[in-house]
Amino acid sequence: MTSFVKPFIRRKNEPTNALGLVRADYDGAMSTLCAGCGHDAVTATMARAFFELSIEPHKAVKVSGIGCSSKTTAYFLRDSHGINTVHGRMPSVATGAIAANHELAYIGVSGDGDSLSIGLGQFVHAMRRNVNMLYVLENNGVYGLTKGQFSAAADIGSTAKKGAVNELPPIDPVSLALSVGATFVARGFSGDRDQLLPLIKAGLKHKGFGLIDVISPCVSFNDHKGSTKSYAHTYKYYNPAIHADYVPPSEQIKADYAAGEVMPVKLHDGGEIRLRKLENGYDPRDRAAAIGKLFESGQSQEIITGLLYINENDKDMHEMARMEDRPLNQIPYDELNPGAAKLKELQKGFR
Amino acid sequence: MRPTNTRNPDYFHKVVDCQWACPAHTPVPAYIRLIAQGRYSDAYMLNRDSNVFPGILGRVCDRPCEPACRRGRLEEEPVAICRLKRVAADHRGDITDSLPKKPAKTNGKRIALIGAGPASFTVANDLAPLGYECTIFEKLSEPGGLMRSNIPAFRLPEQVLSEELGYILDMGVELKLGHSVDSMDALLEEGWDAVFVGTGAPRGKDLNLPGRWDTKDEDNKDSENIHIGIDWLESVAFEHTKKIGKNVLIIGVGNTAMDCCRTSLRLGAKNVKVMARKPREFFKASVWELEDAEEENIEIIVNHSPKSFVIKDGKLTGMVFELLEYEIDAGGKIISQKVTGETTIPCDDVILAIGQDNAFPWIEETSGIKLDKWQVPEVDEATFESTRKGVFFGGDAAFGPKNIIWAVEHGHQAAISIHKHCQGKMLTGRLPNEVEMAPTKMGMFEWRYSNSYDDAARRKMTHVELTKRFADLDVEVELGFTAEQIATEVERCLNCDIQTVFEASLCEECDACIDICPVECLAMTPDAEDEDQLRASLSASENIEGQALYVSDALPLTGRVMIKDEDVCLHCGLCAERCPTAAWDMKESLIQIHYADEQDGGQKRGLGT
Repeated sequence: MTSFVKPFIRRKNEPTNALGLVRADYDGAMSTLCAGCGHDAVTATMARAFFELSIEPHKAVKVSGIGCSSKTTAYFLRDSHGINTVHGRMPSVATGAIAANHELAYIGVSGDGDSLSIGLGQFVHAMRRNVNMLYVLENNGVYGLTKGQFSAAADIGSTAKKGAVNELPPIDPVSLALSVGATFVARGFSGDRDQLLPLIKAGLKHKGFGLIDVISPCVSFNDHKGSTKSYAHTYKYYNPAIHADYVPPSEQIKADYAAGEVMPVKLHDGGEIRLRKLENGYDPRDRAAAIGKLFESGQSQEIITGLLYINENDKDMHEMARMEDRPLNQIPYDELNPGAAKLKELQKGFR
Repeated sequence: MRPTNTRNPDYFHKVVDCQWACPAHTPVPAYIRLIAQGRYSDAYMLNRDSNVFPGILGRVCDRPCEPACRRGRLEEEPVAICRLKRVAADHRGDITDSLPKKPAKTNGKRIALIGAGPASFTVANDLAPLGYECTIFEKLSEPGGLMRSNIPAFRLPEQVLSEELGYILDMGVELKLGHSVDSMDALLEEGWDAVFVGTGAPRGKDLNLPGRWDTKDEDNKDSENIHIGIDWLESVAFEHTKKIGKNVLIIGVGNTAMDCCRTSLRLGAKNVKVMARKPREFFKASVWELEDAEEENIEIIVNHSPKSFVIKDGKLTGMVFELLEYEIDAGGKIISQKVTGETTIPCDDVILAIGQDNAFPWIEETSGIKLDKWQVPEVDEATFESTRKGVFFGGDAAFGPKNIIWAVEHGHQAAISIHKHCQGKMLTGRLPNEVEMAPTKMGMFEWRYSNSYDDAARRKMTHVELTKRFADLDVEVELGFTAEQIATEVERCLNCDIQTVFEASLCEECDACIDICPVECLAMTPDAEDEDQLRASLSASENIEGQALYVSDALPLTGRVMIKDEDVCLHCGLCAERCPTAAWDMKESLIQIHYADEQDGGQKRGLGT
């Protein structure tokens, strides 16, 4: 536990966003994670993304499960809606919330334990349904909150702090997402916010399920020699392959890129994602190519990051299930609850 | 870019805005911490090392430190530095044992100091304990110079002044009162080893407008109701002048004007107007002096330019003013002015407070001391030596009117020169400033300074009630800080001298410091050719105050650099608390400034508070 709080200080000439809010208005409670935790960097980057997108804090929803990563929803957007659910059950709660009001910005924060072990089923089905949310998986390869046991994301050969070697194959959330139909699949690193910030912004603006698997080192239990999720290891094998910039609709005119260098992808909100640093011939809109690229990089120790796959054409859950377009809180009560007589009539149809 | 060299003594010194802005470089945060610990005597002595007169300056300093205060860069007012200095003086115990002593025997070198103001007294303070025989010549009957004659007793009580001057006289300094030096040549013939001129800028400016010399009296055309501000204040201080008319106009709006208007009220004036040519933003007076005057219902009238004096039957009855209108550009500069009309304001007395000049009628050309056409002597800016070897100038006498704290700094520097001169050494080659870094870490999240940010507002000093303060000329208006005010105000200091010190080789680039920083002054970024490129990666990158950008060595994992904007850093230490590898640390920067006693093999004073 930390003994201090970060003070809220207004300074002169401080930058504000379109709503007149300052960056610190998007902060939350003081983080209680270990000093140097990668999750704190991700938290700060999420806060900045919401600030730069000028999303009103009360129009954002934070959902999480259990674990170090899931605690972090308390540490940003203090004026937003949020819920810590049962371990691994965040996708269900998020699905329900989105069904009730799909006009808010949903961000789910989870970890490799919450998503890849106890909550694996939930995680997969949310992707399969293409629930319109951004799912940030803070991946450190260990159960930090219970003192450093291997998680399902630990690589073969990676060692624990006391020297035990992991022999089980890892579950790679990115490959998994590609195989079950997620429509925005990215990998990032807590140590590279220049890449992570636009990924989070793009993921929030993408319509459908967005997954960002963020390598986020655990300083206390998985930052030693022999770990494949340490700061040193990640920096060493880090390959920021595909950089994605989110460009809001208002800034569309400023097209300052040469053809071939940049691949623009139109988004539903009128903005676009501009992909840079692409290797020759690689098209992140091609799922097979993305899967191939991933396996290829898996042969070496290289950690390929960036926006690996994007598909703006698939229907999201709301559209697929032909759900009511209006948020439930905007529907008049007698329409929402037509009464016992109407119910009886409805039930008749099923007899 | 080249990594920042924090070993340069000026680097961290500049970060301590108040200390850097202070002409005498008083270690402000260090003495505020001593006050916080209740160590008032230690705080007083630490002050005294650099500014010599903490009790006096704690009341009437020009406070260049306060506009510079880092706190002012938040949406807040600066720390009440000056008031806290007074706290140290008010609550100090008996410090006489800690003062430099009168030496057992002198070194036989005789120094003449002309004018008993702050500059001469500082020279004596630095030299007498070393064995120099210092003699101060003063034409008035009391020592203090402008501090006695021009600063009214309701701002600076006589006893405070006498006590601090007394400390220096007790070091074996001879004071010759009522002894005016009328000829430099004659003085030089007396064979002094060195002469120091600290006679101030004694000539108040006159205003030669129509009517100025029109009184009836054939022998003396000067009106007895038109006064030169600094002369009038002196006359009041020495009780030659005891009353003034009901309606008084003060011409000019500097600090002398503020003293004149407030003194007038205490001599029986009922209606005092301060007449300013320009709008308020161009006033020369300090903001707090304006506020204190307005609190006493002084009316300050802007855009009135004096045109003539109205004399009826040989007596002053009023003044004519032109009404001005200014055009001011976006940068706040006057681009044009026009006269829109004229008005006559009746009055009984006029006090002219429009500036003062140097005057050395007693320095002959034959002395070899060159004066320019404005009577300002040619003085070396580092050694304070004039064009005649062995004759030094300081205070207002050297470069024209400044203020007390500048006079003190001039005195320190002149004392070093005199010391070197008397030993036959080169005047240059003074000991350079040094910086020593002292650890402040006491344990986990524990530092030996109060690092948590306190958002309290600046405490306002209580003043004597308006109904009571005009009875006597020497009722001190400011009552000093209460215990609660002291306790709150000391916590407002951000401790800018506790520096963030970064060791790049320990950093593992986890970003923890960047996220915890409440003012977002840190970033890790690829190295770049110039500072602007690096600044672009900071979210608050405006460089308004001219503070430096710290650039680290290359970081071990990625070769990027850590940068820090010294401008907005609050020295809260959260980066160091958050850092898992202790790459950030908080260390106190002790700026060592060497005075006369430390030069040329003298023992260096230890520091550390």
